[in-house]
Amino acid sequence: MEHVNLFIKAVFIENMIFAYFLGMCSYLAISKTVKSAVGLGMAVIFVLSVAVPICYLLEKYILKAGALTWLSTDFGSIDLSFLSFIMFIATIASIVQLVEMVVEKFAPALYASLGIFLPLIAVNCSILGGALFMQEREYATLGEATVFAFGSGVGWFLAIVALSAIREKVRYSNIPDPLRGLGITFIITGLMAIAFMSFMGIKL
Amino acid sequence: MSNEISTAPEKEKGKKEPLFSPKNKRLLYDPLNDSNPITVQVLGICSALAVTVKMQPSIVMALAVVVVTAFSSLIISIIRNIIPNRIRIIVQLTVVAAMVILVDQFLKAFVYDVSKQLSVFVGLIITNCIVMGRLEAFAMANKPWPSFIDGIGNGIGYGVILVIVSMIRELFGSGELMGFRIIPESAYEMGYFNNGLVIMPPMAMIVVGIIIWIQRSRNKKLIEAK
Repeated sequence: MEHVNLFIKAVFIENMIFAYFLGMCSYLAISKTVKSAVGLGMAVIFVLSVAVPICYLLEKYILKAGALTWLSTDFGSIDLSFLSFIMFIATIASIVQLVEMVVEKFAPALYASLGIFLPLIAVNCSILGGALFMQEREYATLGEATVFAFGSGVGWFLAIVALSAIREKVRYSNIPDPLRGLGITFIITGLMAIAFMSFMGIKL
Repeated sequence: MSNEISTAPEKEKGKKEPLFSPKNKRLLYDPLNDSNPITVQVLGICSALAVTVKMQPSIVMALAVVVVTAFSSLIISIIRNIIPNRIRIIVQLTVVAAMVILVDQFLKAFVYDVSKQLSVFVGLIITNCIVMGRLEAFAMANKPWPSFIDGIGNGIGYGVILVIVSMIRELFGSGELMGFRIIPESAYEMGYFNNGLVIMPPMAMIVVGIIIWIQRSRNKKLIEAK
């Protein structure tokens, strides 16, 4: 039950886009059509739910203060947490590269549709943000970290698909010239975020 | 390999240009308006919205981004010819991450309160698209000094928007600027209220949207084609 709560919290209440504004750059850049938004959203879900658990294991067995005791009790006083940025980002970048190669080899059709977005995910803040939130909130088990990561990915997916659907409609409306394109997209996202704030009162 | 990467701008080698030639000045000024990283290039939005509730953290954040962008552009530009093309993203991220760790440790040592307020967002400078975007688009193809200037210019362009947004939000949200009271107590006694909505994250989006609107109605060439 706890995991279900955590999942719902990650999707709606602590939505990556609407509550923390993570992964905003690709969110605004690749939401022009629903089709590409779905592709990017899927890729983000996948990379998040692979990368965050790996970062969790790194954090637990290498980086945290006293985490190296499984090697030898002498290492109990070592605290490597200042290395976490570089470890996490290296992990994420290499996972993205790995995923790219695997998908290219075994699912060429998927690769063709995702192609350009896959490498972009390495610099999507929502992935590193997920890893850093995981570290900051100190999830107790690997299961919790995975559920949190998957939930955040699903939340991101929902947000980008919703925005791209709205943008497809907005293209045909009559908007003041200077506001067209980027400006109105910002305001739409702001309004969507206000709508999502109504989830904040829910206590799980 | 290196011939592919180093493109046009390097052709004018040989000719020595002064440190602040008109071309280099453009690199510094352009990001302030015509190619502002946030409102035109759409880079680095994430952190711009999350840290702008108060002015102090946003100024610190802006300075941190200027430092990181400038120095990682410099370093990448120095080693650009020996980076293998296939793994260049990992190399770039490693350089950026090293710079961010330095900045993070510096902030923790000297302005601990602010570094607590910024929480994960200092770390997220690594994936701040401004840094990566400028590395890919400029530093990989240009000499170290112009890249350094380009980094500073884009960092400042980002910082300007950050400071404007945070000024609006702090003034209307809590009636203060940099922690000093601007709207007098007497106004509250006469029935003035702080606008709680401006503090909420969604308003940051709307404020940026309005800034874009104003900028584009003054600068017609930025208007997007139908």
